[in-house]
Amino acid sequence: MGTEVSAQLDAAPPVKARLAPLAAVLRRRALQAVGVVLLVSTACFAIVQSLPGDIAFRIAAGRYGYDAVTASSAAAVRADLGLDQPAWQQLFGWWADVARLDLGKSLVTNADVGDELGLSLAASLQLAAAALLLACAFGTAAGAFAARHPGGLVDRATDAGVTLARAFPPFLLGLALILVFSVHLGVLPAAGHGDGGSIILPALTLAIGLAALFARVSRDTIAGILASDYVGFARTKGLSARLVYLRHVLRNAGVTLIAYLGVQALILIEGVVVIESLFGWPGLGHALVHAVFWRDLPMIQASALALALLVVAINTAADLAGLAADPRPRNRKAFQ
Amino acid sequence: MTSLSAIPTATGPATAHPSPAPGRRWRTWHSTRSLGQRLALALLALLAAFALAGPLVWPDHAVQDLSRFLETPSLAEPLGRDHLGRSVIARLAHATQLSLLLALLCVATALTAGAVAGIAAAWRGGWLDVALRGLSEALIAIPALLIVLIFSALADGALWTLYLGLALAQWVEYFRLVHARSALVLAGPAVEAAGLLGLGTVHIVRRHLWPELRPLLATMAAFGIGSSVLALSTLGFVGVGLKPPTPELGLMITEAFPFYSEAPWMSLAPVLVLAATLAGLLGLRSKETP
Repeated sequence: MGTEVSAQLDAAPPVKARLAPLAAVLRRRALQAVGVVLLVSTACFAIVQSLPGDIAFRIAAGRYGYDAVTASSAAAVRADLGLDQPAWQQLFGWWADVARLDLGKSLVTNADVGDELGLSLAASLQLAAAALLLACAFGTAAGAFAARHPGGLVDRATDAGVTLARAFPPFLLGLALILVFSVHLGVLPAAGHGDGGSIILPALTLAIGLAALFARVSRDTIAGILASDYVGFARTKGLSARLVYLRHVLRNAGVTLIAYLGVQALILIEGVVVIESLFGWPGLGHALVHAVFWRDLPMIQASALALALLVVAINTAADLAGLAADPRPRNRKAFQ
Repeated sequence: MTSLSAIPTATGPATAHPSPAPGRRWRTWHSTRSLGQRLALALLALLAAFALAGPLVWPDHAVQDLSRFLETPSLAEPLGRDHLGRSVIARLAHATQLSLLLALLCVATALTAGAVAGIAAAWRGGWLDVALRGLSEALIAIPALLIVLIFSALADGALWTLYLGLALAQWVEYFRLVHARSALVLAGPAVEAAGLLGLGTVHIVRRHLWPELRPLLATMAAFGIGSSVLALSTLGFVGVGLKPPTPELGLMITEAFPFYSEAPWMSLAPVLVLAATLAGLLGLRSKETP
């Protein structure tokens, strides 16, 4: 944090050297994605092998209802889904299917998992993006405000807010919001998807927890930058407070905040799983919880894979944005 | 209080000398803690006492008396009875015990496994290092709740799957921290000198690695207990964790919520226990200097 970002833009290095850090980021994240896929798909397969009882009966119950389950309907399910092959054959078949992006059919609804996944992915992305935008905007604004006067009222309020947000887990926060806005005030729908306003409560619930963390990090970062030598010098040479903020504080704080965004990805995705189940938002988390409930293995695997890969994707985006905002790694490579 | 808070950081004096006499260590610890940390400690002690003694005072959490459903709080039943006429305080005590014990067990398992794997990988290097780091790199990208969810699909939310899932989700963090720290310590001159003197593995771990790792691991364990309690109750709340007759904080919140307007104490009690646990663990953390 000692040197300043924007001062090192001269002496543009050759294109190949500039691309080296980019390639390193992409390689690392691609390997991570492969590892994630292998872990999740193998775990899902291990589950299907060790399930107590006969999975065919469970699936038959999901398909035809509990009253219609008989030995013959279970046998029909078993033959239909190839559940009678040896385990290792099924595992290789499983991996090959995943590699071909053939995620199979839902054991319960018999619909193509890929199609269902597309819908839930869109819903989840919508929710996550709304929450992230809200959190970023309010969190960094509060943090920047608090950093102006360390120890002041706003600073202490954000500090208390962070503790409160950590002590009240997302699902309790969501419940409280439903109680206030849907039950008592009756201004916002408590659950559902599509009609106007239904995204507000889930996005707000997710955003409050994230915003508190953003506020904390941006406050510490900006307070550090404001106390630094280069900001002191910029002030001494007569730049206005606004220009100091725009030229020297924003970009330097951005580098740290972007890196922190990657860390937030895990919290965001965990929150998505919980909040979607709470509000009945038809996204990946909702699909996953229901699939776990019904032992719908292809659906568990597909939604878990999508959620985990979403984390990798957000991290990759954060890495790339960090590279774009911070020229230091690019130049360092060039001088080696 | 001003003279106490003037002492800069908690990690200074208490950890610089690895092994003072027990009495002195307590006094050093005590004098370097802020008011908030002592309040947090008191809160946690209170919760622990409730979790340990509560189930003995109110042993039967499953006895139903349907004629007494939604009974209001009284002296004999401080939190009244729930919609099935079960004692709420008995259920709360058992739920608190379950949450705290399971969280402690998960963190102890994850910490031991992560620390051993981290030290082994940093020490031995080679294929062990590569394999463990590759595994951790993939695991770190999977949200803990996702791992626990996948595991809970294994056996209908049985207790052991939750334990296994939580421990598996958490060991990576300890592994990464211990690996990074012990790689630094092991490459240092102190360990080299100890090796030249032939002081052996046990000595190096006890005198060089452990004092360095202990404060970090303690902080992480406090967070880990909090997130385990939270994960357990979240899964119960969503309906894929422990199954209904079991007294569990998240389940109790779900069950009590429909009766929110008739019996608000019923849903508030588990919420307060959960929030107090998380706030207490959060408050233990030493105040970082800005």
